Amino acid sequence: MRKLIFGLFIVFLPALGLAAGGGVTLDHIETDHTNKESLQRGVALFSNYCMGCHSMEYARYKRVADDLDIPAELYEENLIFTGAKIGELMKNSMSKDMAADWFGAPPPDLTLETRLRGESWVYSYLRGFYQDDSRPLGVNNVVFPNVGMPHVMVGLQGLCAVEPHIGVEASVEPLSGNINNADACPEYAIEGSMSAGEFDQAMYDLTNFMSYMADPVRVERERLGIFVLIFVAIFFVFAYLLNREYWKDVH
Amino acid sequence: MQKFIQWVDERLPVVEAWNKHLGKYYAPKNFNIWYFFGSLAMLVLVNQLVTGIWLTMSYNPSAEGAFASVEYIMRDVEWGWLLRYLHSTGASAFFVVVYLHMFRGLMYGSYQKPRELIWIFGMLIYLVLMAEAFMGYLLPWGQMSYWGAQVIVNLFGAIPVIGEDLSLWIRGDYLISGITLNRFFALHVVALPIVLLGLVVLHILALHEVGSNNPDGIDIKKNKDENGIPKDGIPFHPYYTVHDLLGVAVFFFIFFVVVFFFPEMGGLFLEKPNFEPANALKTPAHIAPVWYFTPFYAMLRAVTVDLFGLPAKFWGVVVMGGAIAILFVLPWLDKSPVRSMRYKGWLSKIALAIFAVSFVVLGYLGLVPATAGRTTVAQILTVLYFLYFILMPFYTRMEKTKPVPERVTG
Repeated sequence: MRKLIFGLFIVFLPALGLAAGGGVTLDHIETDHTNKESLQRGVALFSNYCMGCHSMEYARYKRVADDLDIPAELYEENLIFTGAKIGELMKNSMSKDMAADWFGAPPPDLTLETRLRGESWVYSYLRGFYQDDSRPLGVNNVVFPNVGMPHVMVGLQGLCAVEPHIGVEASVEPLSGNINNADACPEYAIEGSMSAGEFDQAMYDLTNFMSYMADPVRVERERLGIFVLIFVAIFFVFAYLLNREYWKDVH
Repeated sequence: MQKFIQWVDERLPVVEAWNKHLGKYYAPKNFNIWYFFGSLAMLVLVNQLVTGIWLTMSYNPSAEGAFASVEYIMRDVEWGWLLRYLHSTGASAFFVVVYLHMFRGLMYGSYQKPRELIWIFGMLIYLVLMAEAFMGYLLPWGQMSYWGAQVIVNLFGAIPVIGEDLSLWIRGDYLISGITLNRFFALHVVALPIVLLGLVVLHILALHEVGSNNPDGIDIKKNKDENGIPKDGIPFHPYYTVHDLLGVAVFFFIFFVVVFFFPEMGGLFLEKPNFEPANALKTPAHIAPVWYFTPFYAMLRAVTVDLFGLPAKFWGVVVMGGAIAILFVLPWLDKSPVRSMRYKGWLSKIALAIFAVSFVVLGYLGLVPATAGRTTVAQILTVLYFLYFILMPFYTRMEKTKPVPERVTG
């Protein structure tokens, strides 16, 4: 068993290297932790599509419910599937050993993923899946080549038949007025329930939520920071006047 | 109150100590902006001690629990995120102010006779500070903590004969493990801070014995009034205490901008791979130490030739160690009759400028992955770094200095 995991690990090493090395162009986004509607949609998506495999084991449900203005009962009823109490850490029930067997490597904990890889990386990665029959799960990803993760959101996005154009801006063709690359995927093998625009928005919400989870205190920190800086600025004025008073007789 | 002070003073010389170190410590009145960094270093030291004590209350020094306990501090401990960011930003701020403080010393010859001991105590502080920072960096138990420590401890393995056993002894294991984490924790929170505080006391006692240097590098004690007070001196308290408050305000402003708005400083203060727990089976694609070590790391990587049957890595370690060791003998390399850069000749000025640029560029090169071209640049800069010291006895003697004024020039 150990040997198998290690063997699989060795097989996946190059993929890990590529993932860390970057080199792919990304679609850039700016997250907004004050947009609670977006974060609420994000936590719904994360709970329904991601938490079966990925934990957020450094964070607690209660904190999310409080920060995102979700009533505790509502949260427990609809967004906790493991029977955990709302004050508990956001773990899941998948065993790491079995997960490693199924996917080659256990799905990583995602609490800090956006701080590890960057928000734009996560956003691009989530939209980067495409059909690739040479892969064990039938899908590949342009941002994370040969990733072990299946395309979980195929029901929403559909399945792109070719490599999607990540990191390419949409542009208007001057003669025909057609919009090029409005959808990163030019051709679908399977149609999803969402339009390209809806799916992009959903993935923005999901990334925004993950970014909030990685750094939940950001809004509070920046709010406080303003007051701290104002205080220091006022302190400077008094320190300056005091200093001038003492030094005026020194020549 | 007066009676109480008198009661204490009859048993402990508090009034004498106050006068010697603050109330009647006469500092030159012409300190400029470069003289803020000593007191700022003290401020950051206090910040590190206080936030460190509170972090220790919630941190779990074990391989199983360290990473999670840091996130616990960041999320569940009241104000834990602030304590942690103050401590992590404080670590970088410490090196910023210490580097500027040291550069001040180089510029105004503050290491010259009779301040050799002050300089040496300062260098020891710098050395302990590096050990303290290195060991503290392992504690969050992230990927960069782990692999950074792995790389640095392995350096000791390059020493012939005893190297392998030495690094094994430091680690307490065949690779960085919970054993290493626990001993680094003990050293980081108990042993090294005690040494550091002791050295700071010695640094200041030695300073107050001979008196502060100044931007003109002249001895203010040569010009005393009828009461034996230096004419160009001014009591440290209240003049420099209120003056340093200004520096504190400006420093805090910059410091808090980082703490509250850019705590990762774009990956410089908190490196991105450190948001992933340590994994002995997965090496990060690019291992870089934190920015304050990178000049020396660049020198280590710049040595690429095996020599006298010993591997390049060994000579890299020698060069890196030498780069720090040579700073200790600086007071005896400078043969100039004047202290301050203001009155030294153009050779000294150019040498210092080249040295400063080399150090900064080496710092950059240590941060980015090595390429053939970058290694060549690092090699040239490493040579320039050492030439600053090795040639110092010659260029400081050769050059024509300007006449030093009798009194400070403001």
